[in-house]
Amino acid sequence: MRYDVFIAGYGGQGVLLAGNLLSYAAIHEGKNVSFFPAYGVEKRGGAAMCTVVFADGETGSPVVGNPSVSVLLNQLSFDKYASKVKRGGVCIVNSTLIDIGGLTIPEVEIVQVPMNQIALDMGDVRMVNMVACGAYIEKTGAMQLSSLEAALKKALPERNHKLIPANVNAMNAGAKAAKG
Amino acid sequence: MKQVFSRPESLKDVSTHFCPGCNHGSVHRLVAEALDEFGIRSRTIGVASVGCSVFLYGYFDIDVIESPHGRAPAVATGAKRARPDRIVFTYQGDGDLAAIGTSEIIHAANRGENITVIFVNNTTYGMTGGQMAPTTLPGQKTSTSPYGRDTNKDGAPFKMAELLSNLDGVAFSARVALNNPKNVLNAKKLIKTAFRYQVENRGFSFIEALSSCPTNWGMQSLEANQRVTDEMIPYFPLGIYKNTADL
Amino acid sequence: MTVTSTEKLFVKGNEAVAMAAIEAGCRCYFGYPITPQSDIPEYLSRELPKSGGEFLQAESEIGAINMLLGASATGVRAMTSSSGPGISLKQEGISYMAGSELPGVIIDIMRSGPGLGGIDASQADYWQATRGGGHGGYRIIVLAPASVQEMYDLTMLAFDLSDIYRMPAMVLSDSVVGQMKESIVANPRAKLALPEKNWVVRGRAEGEEQKIVKSLHLGDGEMEAFHWQMDARYHELADKECRWEEVETADAELIVTAFGSTSRIAKTAIVMAREAGMKVGLIRPISLFPFPKKAYAQLSERCKLFLDIELSTGQMIDDVRLSVARDAEVAFYGRPPGAGSLPTPEELFEQIRKNYRATA
Repeated sequence: MRYDVFIAGYGGQGVLLAGNLLSYAAIHEGKNVSFFPAYGVEKRGGAAMCTVVFADGETGSPVVGNPSVSVLLNQLSFDKYASKVKRGGVCIVNSTLIDIGGLTIPEVEIVQVPMNQIALDMGDVRMVNMVACGAYIEKTGAMQLSSLEAALKKALPERNHKLIPANVNAMNAGAKAAKG
Repeated sequence: MKQVFSRPESLKDVSTHFCPGCNHGSVHRLVAEALDEFGIRSRTIGVASVGCSVFLYGYFDIDVIESPHGRAPAVATGAKRARPDRIVFTYQGDGDLAAIGTSEIIHAANRGENITVIFVNNTTYGMTGGQMAPTTLPGQKTSTSPYGRDTNKDGAPFKMAELLSNLDGVAFSARVALNNPKNVLNAKKLIKTAFRYQVENRGFSFIEALSSCPTNWGMQSLEANQRVTDEMIPYFPLGIYKNTADL
Repeated sequence: MTVTSTEKLFVKGNEAVAMAAIEAGCRCYFGYPITPQSDIPEYLSRELPKSGGEFLQAESEIGAINMLLGASATGVRAMTSSSGPGISLKQEGISYMAGSELPGVIIDIMRSGPGLGGIDASQADYWQATRGGGHGGYRIIVLAPASVQEMYDLTMLAFDLSDIYRMPAMVLSDSVVGQMKESIVANPRAKLALPEKNWVVRGRAEGEEQKIVKSLHLGDGEMEAFHWQMDARYHELADKECRWEEVETADAELIVTAFGSTSRIAKTAIVMAREAGMKVGLIRPISLFPFPKKAYAQLSERCKLFLDIELSTGQMIDDVRLSVARDAEVAFYGRPPGAGSLPTPEELFEQIRKNYRATA
């Protein structure tokens, strides 16, 4: 089985960390992983995006034209990338910041999760990426939530490990919201 | 019969290709004597440059790396960093060191690389046939400055010993000449000092040796020697420009 | 960090290069900052001194390559890395190293050009790398990784081949493979038998012969003889050191060929083509010099249609055409490098579909 996910937002939303987390979680489950980042020339606040591919065998192309799952965190990335999702795929959007404007994409499920709102309710808007990861796992079943928790230990520096429980709560909240 | 003069062990028993009256041979000998007297020949790596100095390995009985034009200080940096227990010196002419290799010499000096640089300044590109060098004197005619060096157009000659003495990494910087026995003796003393500083890990040591080039100057040997006295030394004063320890 | 476990690590391609260099026993690194390869000097500035190695940020690319020359001449393993504009500046030193028969590893993380170009992935320096790049008519070993694992493995191999054949070896990659992170196993592979470095300049001890590392040959016939000697070495490389990968070529009616990053994108396109019922395979050269000519020649005896894909207007295609049988056709699809020019698997699939024709 080969999974691919495209994550996009603006710098500061933790797009690359979310991609890294999903990567570590996939490695935790014994998968091969390819993480391909791309970002604007701005050091702060520019566009940020990444593609994560994981598979039991070879990961193949690190670049994906039509992702089977896209996680879009701001309006700009929604406007630019929502239509690229593959037929039969899923587009998970941060509805706090994205107005989908009644857009429908043939054979693509659009899942709206108020990620910023959930993160704020959990106490820190910076956890928006954790909410997104939770929603991704809920909608795809591509990996276990427990693997993501293990991934947090790898991806976060030791001094931030005390924040792990709060982040796990944010993931759970994201998963719950995506279930609808 | 008591032998009072012999070839230094660090020099091979061959005759050089240098022109009559050229001072390269003298500088070679003084460097070789320094290596002999410190007993460091067997752990010395010479770095040859491009120009008349390229045949270093033909005359010195030591291991030698030949470097691209101007790059000897970078090559020497690599060798010294890889083998810090070796004595590493470069031997470069004025076109090599003060034109195409300015970046390499200045940065090696500024890093305080623990190497010794022997810089032979004869105010011209010798091997390529007497073109204008960065040290060509104002008004001096060469094959590419047929009307004489025009400092408005070509800039003034580089005074490398002074220039490098301003860098913190430089432990020793001096200018010597070989135009009379007194200057030769002094040159020997300062060349030895430069190598001693390396042996003592004091940092970058630099010797600028004023040299004649009778062939490219279009002069007889004695005339050329006289030009060193009359024209070069007044423009490039001899002396020690930087010294971080006692002689 | 020296890693010898079988644990899966998650690292950037550029970091894998740096890790492999340390594992390979690289003692000196000299470099100059340039995007998109600065992770390599950054990693080594932190980690190389811990293992007793020497890291030095040079004053220039020219300084760096000549420091590599000097260090290598004393017999230690040494490396430099750069990208397009910096690699151009290094060509003088690479030529001198080739002329002096010096080993040394050069990492080239290609970016777009000419000139300042951009920082996006490129394969437009294929010619520069595989044709020698500098003056005088020489070649260097060129290896092209397509994954982070290969960034690690081929960097280690580059050190070995460089020592064995006494010539510079280049790892030619781009910002896709350099910047992407993958799971790798940093297992040191079996060490190749290496010849003794009896030519090393390290000070002529009593009783030893004088050692000279030089590229100047003025004697009658000397330079000519040296050229034939280099040529013989290139033939030996072609005989012994060609490396390539084939995927589903056995029954293929069309064989895609690509190296490095584009070969990865092509692999997924080939899966799509197979799913669509097309018999499509892939040949990916891993060594670009020596180029695996015989592998192409053999494939082209049966399959008469190749599709060459590159991030350029076509450079490797010269070698492909020189390698395949005369009656084989080589089609081309290129995306010259630059922002937004990285092809997708879907796009390459479309090219496969367009060129594909099944024999009856």
